[in-house]
Amino acid sequence: MNWENIFYVLSSILFIFGIKRLSHPKTARSGNLVASMGMLIAVVTTLTTGNILSYQLIGIGIIIGAIIGAFFAIRVEMTQMPQMVAIFNGFGGIASALVAAAEFVNPSDSLSLFSLSTISLSIFVGTLTFTGSFIAFGKLQGFISGKPIVFPGQQILNFLIAVSVIGLAVYIVLSPNNYNNFYLLIALSAVIGVTLTIPIGGADMPVVISLLNSYSGIAAASTGFVLNNNALIISGALVGASGLILTNIMCKGMNRSLANVIFGAVGLEQDTGAGGEEKQINIKSYSTEEAAMIFDAAEKVIVVPGYGLAVAQAQHAVREVADFLSGKGKKVLYAIHPVAGRMPGHMNVLLAEANVPYDQLKDLDEVNNEFEDCDVALVLGANDVVNPAARHDSSSPIFGMPILDVDKSQTVIINKRTMNTGFAGVQNELFGYDNSIMVFGDAKDMLQQLLKDLKDL
Amino acid sequence: MDINILTVFILAVFVGIEIITKVPPTLHTPLMSGSNAISGIAIVGAIVSTKIGGHYGTWLGLASVIFATVNVVGGFMVTDRMLKMFKKK
Repeated sequence: MNWENIFYVLSSILFIFGIKRLSHPKTARSGNLVASMGMLIAVVTTLTTGNILSYQLIGIGIIIGAIIGAFFAIRVEMTQMPQMVAIFNGFGGIASALVAAAEFVNPSDSLSLFSLSTISLSIFVGTLTFTGSFIAFGKLQGFISGKPIVFPGQQILNFLIAVSVIGLAVYIVLSPNNYNNFYLLIALSAVIGVTLTIPIGGADMPVVISLLNSYSGIAAASTGFVLNNNALIISGALVGASGLILTNIMCKGMNRSLANVIFGAVGLEQDTGAGGEEKQINIKSYSTEEAAMIFDAAEKVIVVPGYGLAVAQAQHAVREVADFLSGKGKKVLYAIHPVAGRMPGHMNVLLAEANVPYDQLKDLDEVNNEFEDCDVALVLGANDVVNPAARHDSSSPIFGMPILDVDKSQTVIINKRTMNTGFAGVQNELFGYDNSIMVFGDAKDMLQQLLKDLKDL
Repeated sequence: MDINILTVFILAVFVGIEIITKVPPTLHTPLMSGSNAISGIAIVGAIVSTKIGGHYGTWLGLASVIFATVNVVGGFMVTDRMLKMFKKK
Protein backbone atom coordinates (compact mmCIF):
# COMPACT_ATOMS: atom_id res chain seq x y z
CA MET A 1 0.00 0.00 0.00
CA ASN A 2 1.38 3.36 -1.01
CA TRP A 3 1.32 6.29 1.35
CA GLU A 4 0.15 8.56 -1.41
CA ASN A 5 -3.05 6.57 -1.78
CA ILE A 6 -3.94 7.20 1.84
CA PHE A 7 -3.58 10.92 1.28
CA TYR A 8 -5.67 10.74 -1.90
CA VAL A 9 -8.43 9.00 0.04
CA LEU A 10 -8.17 11.72 2.69
CA SER A 11 -8.59 14.44 0.10
CA SER A 12 -11.59 12.63 -1.39
CA ILE A 13 -13.16 12.48 2.08
CA LEU A 14 -12.61 16.21 2.47
CA PHE A 15 -14.32 16.85 -0.89
CA ILE A 16 -17.34 14.86 0.27
CA PHE A 17 -17.49 16.65 3.62
CA GLY A 18 -17.04 19.96 1.85
CA ILE A 19 -20.02 19.38 -0.43
CA LYS A 20 -22.04 18.05 2.50
CA ARG A 21 -21.59 21.37 4.28
CA LEU A 22 -23.10 23.11 1.25
CA SER A 23 -26.47 21.84 2.43
CA HIS A 24 -26.95 25.04 4.45
CA PRO A 25 -25.87 28.64 3.80
CA LYS A 26 -24.54 28.84 7.36
CA THR A 27 -22.02 26.04 6.92
CA ALA A 28 -21.43 26.44 3.19
CA ARG A 29 -18.45 28.75 3.38
CA SER A 30 -16.53 26.44 5.68
CA GLY A 31 -17.46 23.57 3.36
CA ASN A 32 -15.75 25.30 0.49
CA LEU A 33 -12.69 25.74 2.66
CA VAL A 34 -12.71 22.05 3.62
CA ALA A 35 -12.87 21.07 -0.07
CA SER A 36 -10.00 23.39 -0.93
CA MET A 37 -7.93 21.79 1.85
CA GLY A 38 -8.64 18.44 0.20
CA MET A 39 -7.28 19.86 -3.04
CA LEU A 40 -4.19 21.18 -1.32
CA ILE A 41 -3.49 17.78 0.22
CA ALA A 42 -3.88 16.09 -3.17
CA VAL A 43 -1.48 18.55 -4.84
CA VAL A 44 1.15 18.38 -2.11
CA THR A 45 0.95 14.58 -2.08
CA THR A 46 1.54 14.43 -5.81
CA LEU A 47 4.41 16.89 -5.65
CA THR A 48 6.19 15.02 -2.86
CA THR A 49 5.67 11.38 -3.82
CA GLY A 50 6.06 11.29 -7.58
CA ASN A 51 9.49 11.42 -9.15
CA ILE A 52 8.97 14.92 -10.47
CA LEU A 53 10.95 15.84 -13.55
CA SER A 54 11.07 19.59 -13.09
CA TYR A 55 9.73 21.53 -10.15
CA GLN A 56 10.45 24.79 -11.96
CA LEU A 57 8.21 23.86 -14.84
CA ILE A 58 5.35 22.84 -12.56
CA GLY A 59 5.92 25.89 -10.39
CA ILE A 60 5.65 28.18 -13.41
CA GLY A 61 2.48 26.42 -14.53
CA ILE A 62 0.88 26.71 -11.11
CA ILE A 63 1.82 30.38 -10.74
CA ILE A 64 0.45 31.30 -14.17
CA GLY A 65 -2.74 29.34 -13.53
CA ALA A 66 -3.20 30.77 -10.05
CA ILE A 67 -2.80 34.36 -11.26
CA ILE A 68 -5.32 33.90 -14.08
CA GLY A 69 -7.75 32.08 -11.79
CA ALA A 70 -7.50 34.63 -8.99
CA PHE A 71 -7.86 37.51 -11.45
CA PHE A 72 -11.14 36.15 -12.80
CA ALA A 73 -12.41 35.19 -9.34
CA ILE A 74 -11.88 38.69 -7.96
CA ARG A 75 -12.94 40.67 -10.99
CA VAL A 76 -16.03 38.82 -12.19
CA GLU A 77 -19.36 40.48 -11.54
CA MET A 78 -22.16 38.43 -10.03
CA THR A 79 -24.29 38.99 -13.14
CA GLN A 80 -21.49 37.31 -15.13
CA MET A 81 -21.26 34.17 -13.00
CA PRO A 82 -22.82 31.96 -15.69
CA GLN A 83 -20.07 32.92 -18.17
CA MET A 84 -17.39 32.36 -15.57
CA VAL A 85 -18.67 28.92 -14.62
CA ALA A 86 -19.06 28.03 -18.30
CA ILE A 87 -15.48 28.88 -19.14
CA PHE A 88 -14.12 27.16 -16.03
CA ASN A 89 -16.01 24.00 -16.97
CA GLY A 90 -14.15 24.19 -20.25
CA PHE A 91 -10.78 24.53 -18.53
CA GLY A 92 -11.51 21.51 -16.34
CA GLY A 93 -12.45 19.50 -19.40
CA ILE A 94 -9.37 20.43 -21.42
CA ALA A 95 -7.06 19.80 -18.46
CA SER A 96 -8.34 16.23 -18.22
CA ALA A 97 -8.12 15.74 -21.97
CA LEU A 98 -4.52 17.00 -22.04
CA VAL A 99 -3.48 14.59 -19.30
CA ALA A 100 -5.02 11.74 -21.24
CA ALA A 101 -3.27 12.94 -24.40
CA ALA A 102 0.06 13.07 -22.57
CA GLU A 103 -0.44 9.46 -21.50
CA PHE A 104 -1.19 8.50 -25.09
CA VAL A 105 2.02 9.99 -26.45
CA ASN A 106 4.01 8.55 -23.55
CA PRO A 107 6.70 6.49 -25.30
CA SER A 108 7.83 4.55 -22.25
CA ASP A 109 4.53 2.89 -21.58
CA SER A 110 2.66 0.16 -23.39
CA LEU A 111 -1.00 0.90 -22.91
CA SER A 112 -3.59 -1.71 -22.09
CA LEU A 113 -6.92 -2.01 -23.88
CA PHE A 114 -8.64 -0.47 -20.88
CA SER A 115 -6.23 2.47 -20.76
CA LEU A 116 -6.64 3.13 -24.47
CA SER A 117 -10.45 3.09 -24.19
CA THR A 118 -10.46 5.43 -21.21
CA ILE A 119 -7.92 7.73 -22.90
CA SER A 120 -10.24 7.96 -25.90
CA LEU A 121 -13.21 8.65 -23.64
CA SER A 122 -11.34 11.28 -21.67
CA ILE A 123 -10.15 13.07 -24.81
CA PHE A 124 -13.60 12.97 -26.36
CA VAL A 125 -15.49 14.26 -23.31
CA GLY A 126 -12.77 16.72 -22.29
CA THR A 127 -12.42 18.31 -25.72
CA LEU A 128 -16.18 18.45 -26.26
CA THR A 129 -16.55 20.16 -22.89
CA PHE A 130 -13.87 22.66 -23.84
CA THR A 131 -15.33 23.79 -27.16
CA GLY A 132 -18.92 23.50 -25.96
CA SER A 133 -18.12 25.67 -22.95
CA PHE A 134 -16.56 28.31 -25.16
CA ILE A 135 -19.70 28.49 -27.29
CA ALA A 136 -21.82 28.72 -24.12
CA PHE A 137 -19.51 31.46 -22.85
CA GLY A 138 -19.78 33.32 -26.15
CA LYS A 139 -23.57 33.15 -26.07
CA LEU A 140 -23.80 34.34 -22.48
CA GLN A 141 -21.29 37.12 -23.01
CA GLY A 142 -23.02 38.20 -26.22
CA PHE A 143 -20.12 37.42 -28.58
CA ILE A 144 -22.40 34.95 -30.32
CA SER A 145 -26.14 35.40 -30.83
CA GLY A 146 -28.15 33.92 -27.98
CA LYS A 147 -30.65 32.68 -30.56
CA PRO A 148 -30.38 29.04 -31.61
CA ILE A 149 -28.11 28.62 -34.64
CA VAL A 150 -29.43 25.84 -36.81
CA PHE A 151 -28.61 24.60 -40.29
CA PRO A 152 -30.07 21.84 -42.42
CA GLY A 153 -28.66 18.42 -41.67
CA GLN A 154 -27.37 19.46 -38.24
CA GLN A 155 -28.79 16.40 -36.52
CA ILE A 156 -27.43 14.14 -39.23
CA LEU A 157 -24.02 15.75 -38.93
CA ASN A 158 -24.01 15.25 -35.15
CA PHE A 159 -25.02 11.65 -35.64
CA LEU A 160 -22.27 11.05 -38.20
CA ILE A 161 -19.66 12.64 -35.94
CA ALA A 162 -20.80 10.55 -32.99
CA VAL A 163 -20.56 7.36 -35.04
CA SER A 164 -17.12 8.36 -36.36
CA VAL A 165 -15.92 9.08 -32.83
CA ILE A 166 -16.93 5.60 -31.70
CA GLY A 167 -15.30 4.09 -34.77
CA LEU A 168 -12.09 6.05 -34.20
CA ALA A 169 -11.99 5.07 -30.54
CA VAL A 170 -12.20 1.40 -31.52
CA TYR A 171 -9.51 1.95 -34.13
CA ILE A 172 -7.25 3.69 -31.60
CA VAL A 173 -7.64 0.82 -29.18
CA LEU A 174 -6.75 -1.69 -31.90
CA SER A 175 -3.81 0.17 -33.41
CA PRO A 176 -2.50 2.75 -30.93
CA ASN A 177 0.54 3.65 -33.03
CA ASN A 178 -1.47 5.43 -35.69
CA TYR A 179 -1.40 9.05 -34.56
CA ASN A 180 -3.67 10.27 -37.36
CA ASN A 181 -6.65 8.61 -35.74
CA PHE A 182 -5.73 10.25 -32.48
CA TYR A 183 -5.60 13.72 -34.05
CA LEU A 184 -8.84 13.10 -35.91
CA LEU A 185 -10.52 12.07 -32.65
CA ILE A 186 -9.47 15.36 -31.06
CA ALA A 187 -10.70 17.37 -34.07
CA LEU A 188 -14.08 15.63 -34.24
CA SER A 189 -14.61 15.95 -30.48
CA ALA A 190 -13.94 19.69 -30.80
CA VAL A 191 -16.41 20.00 -33.67
CA ILE A 192 -19.22 18.11 -31.95
CA GLY A 193 -18.79 20.33 -28.88
CA VAL A 194 -19.63 23.26 -31.14
CA THR A 195 -22.42 21.69 -33.18
CA LEU A 196 -24.19 20.41 -30.06
CA THR A 197 -24.10 23.81 -28.33
CA ILE A 198 -24.87 26.37 -31.07
CA PRO A 199 -28.50 25.28 -31.56
CA ILE A 200 -29.31 25.89 -27.90
CA GLY A 201 -30.97 29.21 -27.08
CA GLY A 202 -30.01 31.69 -24.36
CA ALA A 203 -32.71 30.82 -21.86
CA ASP A 204 -31.84 27.13 -22.07
CA MET A 205 -28.34 27.94 -20.87
CA PRO A 206 -28.99 26.73 -17.29
CA VAL A 207 -29.35 23.22 -18.70
CA VAL A 208 -26.28 23.50 -20.90
CA ILE A 209 -24.04 24.82 -18.14
CA SER A 210 -25.19 22.08 -15.78
CA LEU A 211 -24.58 19.48 -18.44
CA LEU A 212 -21.09 20.81 -19.23
CA ASN A 213 -20.41 20.82 -15.49
CA SER A 214 -21.27 17.16 -15.43
CA TYR A 215 -19.07 16.46 -18.48
CA SER A 216 -16.06 18.09 -16.84
CA GLY A 217 -16.52 15.64 -13.97
CA ILE A 218 -16.84 12.69 -16.31
CA ALA A 219 -13.66 13.77 -18.11
CA ALA A 220 -11.81 13.93 -14.78
CA ALA A 221 -13.11 10.50 -13.76
CA SER A 222 -12.06 8.90 -17.04
CA THR A 223 -8.61 10.44 -16.67
CA GLY A 224 -8.62 8.85 -13.22
CA PHE A 225 -9.24 5.49 -14.88
CA VAL A 226 -6.31 6.13 -17.21
CA LEU A 227 -3.96 6.94 -14.33
CA ASN A 228 -5.55 4.45 -11.92
CA ASN A 229 -5.94 7.31 -9.44
CA ASN A 230 -8.77 7.20 -6.88
CA ALA A 231 -8.71 10.92 -6.12
CA LEU A 232 -9.55 11.72 -9.75
CA ILE A 233 -12.15 8.98 -9.98
CA ILE A 234 -13.99 9.98 -6.81
CA SER A 235 -13.88 13.73 -7.48
CA GLY A 236 -14.90 13.23 -11.08
CA ALA A 237 -17.82 11.06 -9.98
CA LEU A 238 -18.98 13.70 -7.47
CA VAL A 239 -18.86 16.49 -10.05
CA GLY A 240 -20.48 14.31 -12.69
CA ALA A 241 -23.34 13.47 -10.33
CA SER A 242 -23.71 17.10 -9.28
CA GLY A 243 -23.99 18.30 -12.87
CA LEU A 244 -26.49 15.59 -13.75
CA ILE A 245 -28.72 16.38 -10.78
CA LEU A 246 -28.73 20.07 -11.65
CA THR A 247 -29.44 19.27 -15.29
CA ASN A 248 -32.39 17.21 -14.19
CA ILE A 249 -33.71 19.97 -11.92
CA MET A 250 -33.43 22.53 -14.74
CA CYS A 251 -35.23 20.26 -17.21
CA LYS A 252 -38.04 19.69 -14.70
CA GLY A 253 -38.24 23.45 -14.18
CA MET A 254 -39.08 23.78 -17.87
CA ASN A 255 -41.09 20.57 -18.13
CA ARG A 256 -38.88 19.45 -21.00
CA SER A 257 -36.74 16.43 -21.62
CA LEU A 258 -33.00 16.75 -21.95
CA ALA A 259 -33.28 15.60 -25.57
CA ASN A 260 -35.77 18.38 -26.28
CA VAL A 261 -33.45 21.01 -24.82
CA ILE A 262 -30.44 19.77 -26.78
CA PHE A 263 -32.14 19.06 -30.09
CA GLY A 264 -35.33 21.13 -29.88
CA ALA A 265 -33.81 24.53 -30.81
CA VAL A 266 -36.55 26.25 -28.80
CA GLY A 267 -36.48 30.01 -29.06
CA LEU A 268 -36.34 30.26 -32.83
CA GLU A 269 -38.68 32.84 -34.32
CA GLN A 270 -41.87 30.99 -35.05
CA ASP A 271 -44.10 31.71 -38.01
CA THR A 272 -46.86 33.91 -36.73
CA GLY A 273 -49.32 32.42 -39.21
CA ALA A 274 -48.83 28.87 -38.05
CA GLY A 275 -50.33 29.31 -34.62
CA GLY A 276 -53.70 30.50 -35.92
CA GLU A 277 -55.29 33.74 -34.81
CA GLU A 278 -53.26 36.25 -32.82
CA LYS A 279 -54.88 36.76 -29.46
CA GLN A 280 -55.57 40.39 -28.81
CA ILE A 281 -54.74 41.47 -25.29
CA ASN A 282 -55.48 44.81 -23.73
CA ILE A 283 -52.99 45.99 -21.19
CA LYS A 284 -53.05 48.70 -18.57
CA SER A 285 -49.90 50.76 -18.35
CA TYR A 286 -49.27 52.68 -15.12
CA SER A 287 -46.68 55.21 -14.05
CA THR A 288 -44.41 54.49 -11.09
CA GLU A 289 -46.36 57.08 -9.12
CA GLU A 290 -49.59 55.14 -9.54
CA ALA A 291 -47.75 51.89 -8.78
CA ALA A 292 -46.35 53.44 -5.59
CA MET A 293 -49.88 54.02 -4.32
CA ILE A 294 -50.73 50.35 -4.83
CA PHE A 295 -47.61 49.33 -2.93
CA ASP A 296 -48.49 51.74 -0.16
CA ALA A 297 -51.81 50.03 0.40
CA ALA A 298 -50.35 46.52 0.29
CA GLU A 299 -49.44 44.37 3.27
CA LYS A 300 -47.73 41.48 1.58
CA VAL A 301 -45.48 41.86 -1.45
CA ILE A 302 -43.74 39.10 -3.40
CA VAL A 303 -40.95 40.03 -5.77
CA VAL A 304 -40.41 37.74 -8.78
CA PRO A 305 -37.01 38.36 -10.36
CA GLY A 306 -36.03 37.12 -13.81
CA TYR A 307 -33.13 37.46 -16.20
CA GLY A 308 -34.19 41.05 -16.96
CA LEU A 309 -33.21 41.97 -13.41
CA ALA A 310 -29.68 40.67 -14.02
CA VAL A 311 -29.41 42.47 -17.36
CA ALA A 312 -30.48 45.76 -15.77
CA GLN A 313 -28.17 45.17 -12.76
CA ALA A 314 -31.19 46.08 -10.66
CA GLN A 315 -30.50 43.78 -7.67
CA HIS A 316 -29.47 46.66 -5.38
CA ALA A 317 -32.37 48.85 -6.48
CA VAL A 318 -34.91 46.12 -5.77
CA ARG A 319 -33.45 45.52 -2.32
CA GLU A 320 -33.78 49.23 -1.52
CA VAL A 321 -37.43 49.20 -2.50
CA ALA A 322 -37.99 46.00 -0.51
CA ASP A 323 -36.23 47.48 2.53
CA PHE A 324 -38.40 50.57 2.36
CA LEU A 325 -41.55 48.46 2.19
CA SER A 326 -40.36 46.22 5.05
CA GLY A 327 -39.64 49.35 7.06
CA LYS A 328 -43.30 50.28 6.66
CA GLY A 329 -44.27 46.97 8.26
CA LYS A 330 -45.08 45.12 5.05
CA LYS A 331 -44.06 41.52 4.50
CA VAL A 332 -41.70 41.11 1.55
CA LEU A 333 -40.64 37.80 -0.02
CA TYR A 334 -38.75 36.85 -3.16
CA ALA A 335 -40.00 34.02 -5.34
CA ILE A 336 -37.26 32.29 -7.30
CA HIS A 337 -38.15 30.00 -10.19
CA PRO A 338 -35.62 27.19 -10.80
CA VAL A 339 -34.84 28.42 -14.33
CA ALA A 340 -34.92 32.16 -13.61
CA GLY A 341 -31.65 33.61 -14.88
CA ARG A 342 -28.98 31.88 -16.89
CA MET A 343 -27.74 29.25 -14.45
CA PRO A 344 -29.04 27.33 -11.44
CA GLY A 345 -29.24 29.66 -8.44
CA HIS A 346 -28.29 32.73 -10.50
CA MET A 347 -30.97 34.99 -8.94
CA ASN A 348 -30.09 33.89 -5.41
CA VAL A 349 -26.47 34.91 -5.83
CA LEU A 350 -27.45 38.26 -7.33
CA LEU A 351 -29.82 39.03 -4.48
CA ALA A 352 -27.33 37.81 -1.89
CA GLU A 353 -24.87 40.27 -3.41
CA ALA A 354 -27.40 43.03 -2.76
CA ASN A 355 -27.62 41.90 0.89
CA VAL A 356 -31.03 40.30 0.63
CA PRO A 357 -31.16 37.79 3.52
CA TYR A 358 -31.38 34.24 2.21
CA ASP A 359 -34.39 33.39 4.37
CA GLN A 360 -36.45 35.80 2.25
CA LEU A 361 -35.63 33.86 -0.91
CA LYS A 362 -38.28 31.22 -1.52
CA ASP A 363 -38.25 28.53 -4.18
CA LEU A 364 -41.19 27.44 -6.30
CA ASP A 365 -42.64 24.83 -3.93
CA GLU A 366 -42.35 27.02 -0.86
CA VAL A 367 -43.81 30.15 -2.37
CA ASN A 368 -46.69 29.13 -4.62
CA ASN A 369 -49.30 29.00 -1.87
CA GLU A 370 -48.13 32.43 -0.67
CA PHE A 371 -49.65 34.19 -3.68
CA GLU A 372 -53.25 33.53 -2.58
CA ASP A 373 -53.11 36.14 0.16
CA CYS A 374 -50.50 38.33 -1.50
CA ASP A 375 -51.48 41.92 -2.23
CA VAL A 376 -48.87 42.77 -4.85
CA ALA A 377 -46.68 40.48 -6.92
CA LEU A 378 -43.89 42.50 -8.52
CA VAL A 379 -42.58 40.76 -11.65
CA LEU A 380 -39.18 42.08 -12.71
CA GLY A 381 -37.85 40.96 -16.08
CA ALA A 382 -39.45 37.53 -15.84
CA ASN A 383 -41.89 36.33 -18.47
CA ASP A 384 -42.37 32.67 -19.32
CA VAL A 385 -42.03 31.54 -15.70
CA VAL A 386 -45.17 33.52 -14.75
CA ASN A 387 -47.30 32.78 -17.83
CA PRO A 388 -50.57 31.16 -16.68
CA ALA A 389 -50.96 29.59 -20.13
CA ALA A 390 -48.55 26.93 -18.86
CA ARG A 391 -51.33 25.72 -16.57
CA HIS A 392 -54.28 25.51 -18.94
CA ASP A 393 -53.40 26.13 -22.60
CA SER A 394 -52.29 22.83 -24.08
CA SER A 395 -51.44 24.55 -27.39
CA SER A 396 -48.83 26.75 -25.72
CA PRO A 397 -45.18 25.76 -26.17
CA ILE A 398 -44.67 26.17 -22.44
CA PHE A 399 -47.71 24.10 -21.46
CA GLY A 400 -47.00 21.94 -18.40
CA MET A 401 -44.06 24.01 -17.21
CA PRO A 402 -44.28 24.67 -13.48
CA ILE A 403 -44.87 28.40 -13.01
CA LEU A 404 -45.09 30.91 -10.21
CA ASP A 405 -48.81 31.60 -9.69
CA VAL A 406 -48.47 35.39 -9.54
CA ASP A 407 -51.90 35.83 -11.16
CA LYS A 408 -53.48 34.65 -7.89
CA SER A 409 -52.28 37.80 -6.16
CA GLN A 410 -54.59 40.75 -5.64
CA THR A 411 -52.54 42.83 -8.09
CA VAL A 412 -49.68 41.88 -10.37
CA ILE A 413 -47.28 44.67 -11.29
CA ILE A 414 -45.13 43.70 -14.24
CA ASN A 415 -42.03 45.60 -15.22
CA LYS A 416 -40.72 45.08 -18.74
CA ARG A 417 -38.72 47.16 -21.11
CA THR A 418 -41.03 46.57 -24.06
CA MET A 419 -43.95 44.37 -25.02
CA ASN A 420 -41.63 41.84 -26.67
CA THR A 421 -42.46 38.20 -26.16
CA GLY A 422 -40.51 36.01 -23.78
CA PHE A 423 -37.90 33.50 -24.77
CA ALA A 424 -40.42 30.87 -25.79
CA GLY A 425 -41.78 33.35 -28.33
CA VAL A 426 -45.26 33.42 -26.83
CA GLN A 427 -47.25 36.45 -25.79
CA ASN A 428 -47.97 36.29 -22.08
CA GLU A 429 -51.71 36.32 -21.45
CA LEU A 430 -51.00 37.41 -17.86
CA PHE A 431 -50.35 40.93 -19.14
CA GLY A 432 -53.98 41.23 -20.22
CA TYR A 433 -55.49 39.98 -16.95
CA ASP A 434 -57.79 42.33 -15.02
CA ASN A 435 -55.49 42.36 -12.01
CA SER A 436 -52.35 42.98 -14.08
CA ILE A 437 -50.65 46.33 -14.41
CA MET A 438 -47.67 47.04 -16.65
CA VAL A 439 -44.97 49.51 -15.71
CA PHE A 440 -42.61 49.90 -18.64
CA GLY A 441 -38.95 50.83 -18.44
CA ASP A 442 -35.52 49.59 -17.46
CA ALA A 443 -35.84 47.67 -14.18
CA LYS A 444 -33.20 49.69 -12.36
CA ASP A 445 -34.55 53.11 -13.44
CA MET A 446 -38.10 52.01 -12.71
CA LEU A 447 -37.25 50.78 -9.21
CA GLN A 448 -35.28 53.92 -8.35
CA GLN A 449 -38.16 56.10 -9.52
CA LEU A 450 -40.61 53.91 -7.61
CA LEU A 451 -38.59 54.32 -4.43
CA LYS A 452 -38.60 58.09 -4.86
CA ASP A 453 -42.37 58.09 -5.42
CA LEU A 454 -42.90 55.84 -2.38
CA LYS A 455 -40.94 58.26 -0.22
CA ASP A 456 -42.91 61.22 -1.59
CA LEU A 457 -46.27 59.71 -0.69
CA MET B 1 -9.13 -3.86 -16.51
CA ASP B 2 -9.42 -3.24 -12.84
CA ILE B 3 -12.84 -3.86 -11.34
CA ASN B 4 -11.83 -2.10 -8.13
CA ILE B 5 -11.62 1.35 -9.70
CA LEU B 6 -15.00 0.85 -11.35
CA THR B 7 -16.42 -0.04 -7.95
CA VAL B 8 -14.93 3.11 -6.47
CA PHE B 9 -16.42 5.17 -9.30
CA ILE B 10 -19.92 3.75 -8.93
CA LEU B 11 -19.94 4.11 -5.15
CA ALA B 12 -18.72 7.69 -5.47
CA VAL B 13 -21.58 8.48 -7.87
CA PHE B 14 -24.06 7.23 -5.27
CA VAL B 15 -22.43 9.25 -2.51
CA GLY B 16 -22.50 12.27 -4.82
CA ILE B 17 -26.21 11.89 -5.53
CA GLU B 18 -26.93 11.50 -1.81
CA ILE B 19 -25.14 14.65 -0.72
CA ILE B 20 -25.90 16.87 -3.70
CA THR B 21 -29.67 16.39 -3.59
CA LYS B 22 -29.49 17.95 -0.11
CA VAL B 23 -28.02 21.20 -1.42
CA PRO B 24 -30.82 23.82 -1.42
CA PRO B 25 -31.63 25.66 -4.69
CA THR B 26 -30.40 28.92 -3.21
CA LEU B 27 -26.86 27.51 -3.18
CA HIS B 28 -26.89 25.95 -6.63
CA THR B 29 -24.56 28.52 -8.18
CA PRO B 30 -21.89 28.09 -5.48
CA LEU B 31 -22.39 24.33 -5.78
CA MET B 32 -21.57 24.56 -9.46
CA SER B 33 -18.52 26.74 -9.08
CA GLY B 34 -17.32 24.72 -6.10
CA SER B 35 -17.75 21.36 -7.80
CA ASN B 36 -16.09 22.92 -10.79
CA ALA B 37 -13.06 23.67 -8.65
CA ILE B 38 -13.09 20.05 -7.51
CA SER B 39 -13.02 18.86 -11.11
CA GLY B 40 -9.70 20.71 -11.26
CA ILE B 41 -8.38 17.59 -9.51
CA ALA B 42 -7.05 16.85 -12.98
CA ILE B 43 -4.11 18.93 -11.69
CA VAL B 44 -2.89 15.77 -9.95
CA GLY B 45 -2.74 13.95 -13.26
CA ALA B 46 -1.26 17.03 -14.88
CA ILE B 47 1.64 17.16 -12.42
CA VAL B 48 2.32 13.47 -12.96
CA SER B 49 2.21 13.81 -16.72
CA THR B 50 4.89 16.54 -16.84
CA LYS B 51 7.40 13.80 -16.11
CA ILE B 52 6.41 11.83 -19.15
CA GLY B 53 9.44 11.48 -21.38
CA GLY B 54 9.89 13.57 -24.48
CA HIS B 55 9.12 17.25 -24.72
CA TYR B 56 5.76 16.53 -26.25
CA GLY B 57 4.37 14.91 -23.13
CA THR B 58 5.97 17.50 -20.89
CA TRP B 59 4.36 20.42 -22.75
CA LEU B 60 0.97 18.75 -22.72
CA GLY B 61 1.46 18.28 -18.99
CA LEU B 62 2.43 21.92 -18.48
CA ALA B 63 -0.57 23.22 -20.42
CA SER B 64 -2.75 20.93 -18.34
CA VAL B 65 -1.20 22.20 -15.09
CA ILE B 66 -2.07 25.78 -16.10
CA PHE B 67 -5.67 25.02 -17.07
CA ALA B 68 -6.30 22.89 -13.98
CA THR B 69 -4.80 25.52 -11.66
CA VAL B 70 -7.02 28.25 -13.14
CA ASN B 71 -9.93 25.96 -12.42
CA VAL B 72 -8.89 25.14 -8.86
CA VAL B 73 -7.77 28.58 -7.68
CA GLY B 74 -10.45 30.54 -9.55
CA GLY B 75 -13.18 28.07 -8.63
CA PHE B 76 -12.56 27.96 -4.89
CA MET B 77 -11.95 31.71 -4.67
CA VAL B 78 -15.09 32.75 -6.51
CA THR B 79 -17.15 30.25 -4.53
CA ASP B 80 -15.84 31.76 -1.31
CA ARG B 81 -16.63 35.23 -2.61
CA MET B 82 -20.23 34.21 -3.27
CA LEU B 83 -20.78 32.28 -0.06
CA LYS B 84 -19.50 35.23 1.95
CA MET B 85 -22.51 37.21 0.68
CA PHE B 86 -25.18 34.80 1.90
CA LYS B 87 -26.45 36.28 5.14
CA LYS B 88 -29.39 35.71 7.40
CA LYS B 89 -31.42 38.67 8.52
